[in-house]
Amino acid sequence: MARRFDAGYYLSEGVHSIFTHGFMSFAAVCMIVACLLIMGSFTLVAVNLDKNLGDLENENQLAVYIDESYTEEKALSLEEQISQVPNVTEITFESKKTALENWKAKYSDVDLMDNLPDDAFRDRFYVHMDNIELIAQTKQDLEAVSGVANVVAAVEIAEGFVMVRNIATGVALVLVGILLVVSLFIIANTIKLATFYRREEIAIMKMCGATDGFIRWPFVVEGLALGLAGSLVAFFLQWGIYQLVAKNIVQSNGLSLMTMISYVSMVDVILPVFCGVGVLIGVGGSLIAIRKFLQV
Amino acid sequence: MIRLIDVYKEYDNGTKALKGVNLRIDDGEFVFLVGPSGSGKSTVIKLITAEIALTEGRLMVNGYNLNNITPRQVPYMRRTLGIIFQDFRLIEKKTVYENLSFAMRAVGASNREVRRRIPYVLKLVGLEQKADRYPGQLSGGEQQRVAIARALVNNPSMIIADEPTGNLDPQRSLEIMMLLERINELGTTVLVVTHEKNLVNRFDKRVVAIENGRIMSDGTGGYYNGEKI
Repeated sequence: MARRFDAGYYLSEGVHSIFTHGFMSFAAVCMIVACLLIMGSFTLVAVNLDKNLGDLENENQLAVYIDESYTEEKALSLEEQISQVPNVTEITFESKKTALENWKAKYSDVDLMDNLPDDAFRDRFYVHMDNIELIAQTKQDLEAVSGVANVVAAVEIAEGFVMVRNIATGVALVLVGILLVVSLFIIANTIKLATFYRREEIAIMKMCGATDGFIRWPFVVEGLALGLAGSLVAFFLQWGIYQLVAKNIVQSNGLSLMTMISYVSMVDVILPVFCGVGVLIGVGGSLIAIRKFLQV
Repeated sequence: MIRLIDVYKEYDNGTKALKGVNLRIDDGEFVFLVGPSGSGKSTVIKLITAEIALTEGRLMVNGYNLNNITPRQVPYMRRTLGIIFQDFRLIEKKTVYENLSFAMRAVGASNREVRRRIPYVLKLVGLEQKADRYPGQLSGGEQQRVAIARALVNNPSMIIADEPTGNLDPQRSLEIMMLLERINELGTTVLVVTHEKNLVNRFDKRVVAIENGRIMSDGTGGYYNGEKI
């Protein structure tokens, strides 16, 4: 009589149970939505913060000044050598003449600069880096290139960015981790409450000779369905909330410098993550909740 | 077949519920297990159904040695038993038919097996007309019949009835006991735990009396409370 796996039965029992215990199912979905929204909102803040910090990092560049004795052609010939220095991603050349013109344009109202000779400035390269954390080492490597007179780098500012970014990432990870555990606990208790009403059914099944696996599967299906439902609701709610917040940030005076990542561009990450976390807390919560009642 | 050899049970709180119980129930027997409250009757049932583990001694149930049974084997051992409770333990939200099919599906029966078996069992307990009723729409006696049907539906080799008539009036109690007797005549071993003296004495069956954790008397054709044994 015994069959090993009756997927149709587990599916129908799990789905049927969602509707027969409608209020508890609703409560569980609400909890999953709330947990995902809190985690999602915090993660999105962290991601946007990270992006804005990243943009600021990219603006942080090194100025590599070439020896005064080098002609422009000779200075340009160093481009290949500089571009081969580790961690260098992008370099831009600026001749001493262009540098002077730019300087004059920038400070046109200062007559002190009017009679400067053409060679008052040095030829220079502006260098962008792949990893700003290695700025000190990159500066050292660039200084070692023959023909480089001086390298100017805002090492302290760059290290400050790195520190802020690392702290923000660390805090985000810890908080998301804590929220995940708290969510699991809340869901487990919500489902435990739902399961409590059904302890009699479980006890009867056990007395009839049902295996733990057989009893567990419908609850897994139920947790899976509730988790997915909660994930989808949370995904669309998060979308709405994000759009609203982004609109307000863009329109505000104080925060208008911030650039917000578009929600649509993150859908391929957010949707699977929400579904994954929703299913994890739904199924995990079910399994934790039912464990106690199986000990008959 | 059930075999208890020098079985002792001491609970975590220090209560010594069984003190060297020896009992053998062969296939096809009808046995009353009688005794006052706190005598150890329920402990015997819980040991047989593997709800609790014994402290000392040996226990065999329908070919399973409960001294070294694994958790994975327990459900299969329980499938050899049909258990009836005093409070019926029916699922209120399910109809009579669904209560029975629930028990069958719990052991992996197919829809076809469910459809074939349930009408037969309902006819056996006289409830074939009430398959679509909910427990709340039935009398106490009828609810206990449903519980008996549920115990029978998986075709166990033994029925264990724990105070099956405790919630019923004398007439319904007699009907339930006659039904159990009929089931026994069809080949199923029946163990009835009760303290209803008058009821036991109406049947000419084996009576095992337990008191203070020990078997005080065990005799066929005897009467409860030592009046004849």
